[in-house]
Amino acid sequence: MTKFEEGLKKDEFVCSECLTCKKLVWPPNNFCNRCFGAVKWRPVSRCGKLVEFSKKDETVFCIAEFENEIRIMGSLKCSCVPVIGQSLKLVKCSHNESEEFVFQLVI
Amino acid sequence: MRKVALTDFGLTEFNKDDIAIDSLMLSAVKSLFDSAPNLSQKDVDVVLTSTNDNSKYLSSIVSEISGIRPKISHSVESLCNSGANSVISAFSYIASGLADVALVVGAERFDSPGLVLEWDKSRGQYKHPIYWSSMFTKSHVRKYGTTKEDLAIVSAKNHNHALDNPCAYFKKTYSIDEIMNSKNLTDDIRLLDCSMPCSGSAAILLASEEAMKKLTDSPVWITGIGQKTLSAGFTKNEELASMESTIGAATMAYKMAKKKPGDIDVAEVHDAFSICEIIEVEDLGFVRKGKGNEFVRTLYETNDRRINPRGGLIGAGHPLGATGIAQIVEIGQQLQGKAGKRQVSQARVGLVQNMSAAATSSSILILES
Repeated sequence: MTKFEEGLKKDEFVCSECLTCKKLVWPPNNFCNRCFGAVKWRPVSRCGKLVEFSKKDETVFCIAEFENEIRIMGSLKCSCVPVIGQSLKLVKCSHNESEEFVFQLVI
Repeated sequence: MRKVALTDFGLTEFNKDDIAIDSLMLSAVKSLFDSAPNLSQKDVDVVLTSTNDNSKYLSSIVSEISGIRPKISHSVESLCNSGANSVISAFSYIASGLADVALVVGAERFDSPGLVLEWDKSRGQYKHPIYWSSMFTKSHVRKYGTTKEDLAIVSAKNHNHALDNPCAYFKKTYSIDEIMNSKNLTDDIRLLDCSMPCSGSAAILLASEEAMKKLTDSPVWITGIGQKTLSAGFTKNEELASMESTIGAATMAYKMAKKKPGDIDVAEVHDAFSICEIIEVEDLGFVRKGKGNEFVRTLYETNDRRINPRGGLIGAGHPLGATGIAQIVEIGQQLQGKAGKRQVSQARVGLVQNMSAAATSSSILILES
């Protein structure tokens, strides 16, 4: 199990960051995918923005972007029609059979 | 670099039959040999297999059960563009002079493990293809006003075309209303906007200019190739109403072939979902960005078959490892003038676009008679 998955199991969203170029490495891994530099693991900001969304049955799912670099899919809690670019928060993450992310719109 | 021709083709019916992957491949190889009276197993010095099946040593197995002892044999796996990539690999062996005659055979079973990319952390629990295609659809709707009816027209057109394809999975047509009223899988995707995973196989023989002379009087030349891989994970394609890998691969293929989009007479494009065809005809340069829906509507209303004449993936079915090869078989037959009821008149230059995993990778071939 990777540190990314270990973090998700504790509701922590962590990613690797290159010690040389200071960029987040996505998908997270043990070496930088730009320069193969060593990495450290750090929390990712849980504040992001909405990139796109759709809906299956009663669940809205979306792509959210964090720190202008990482884009991930998850479910979206919202009480009104979302707007592209709207701010959102990662309110829960976990890892069961796969990664699970739950976002909520910031109104 | 030596010239490389397609000379002979083989296909099986696409269906939901429970058949072993090697048996499926053998059926397509037999179909190819049946149509190639001057071909002997001894002529073949490359055998490549294309599949997402978990079988091991498959190219050697298929070689043995086909009575071939090739110099070069291996499998190619790249999810849904395994097929085009295997043909491009065979092209490279012949063009470089390492081989003279290559047999490429692709197959998939209806229950393929290649339907979902478990690795992709970007998709979280939304790994099924309907989720990425919903994102593409919603984005195109938002930017260009594409409607549910526009999407349904892609499906109606391709089901119509498939009716004249004896190997197609679907044997019936659907009205636009039937497609629009088919089950909502998400707010943006209906059941009949989707291609159907199925069992099936397709085979192609490639030959050098010298070896070709013994095999056929109507060679189809591979004159352009482009491949581009952005990533494996879905979310690196930042502009969701476009396929960046297809734009990159198309640029390379047109340059190599010294052709422009307007030179293409007939094309097979990877319509895994209705929205894909609309985006692809734009990104291949057949029409301006945002005009793909109007372009496809006109094709439908005028019964113009130049895009996806065999029915595409939506009408013909999508046996992943066979799909790219079946697309190339169709364009090869079109350029030979042997496509029967599906024939596009005066087809001289054709294009195949085969992509994988939410268009994270695309492969394009330009073919000429």
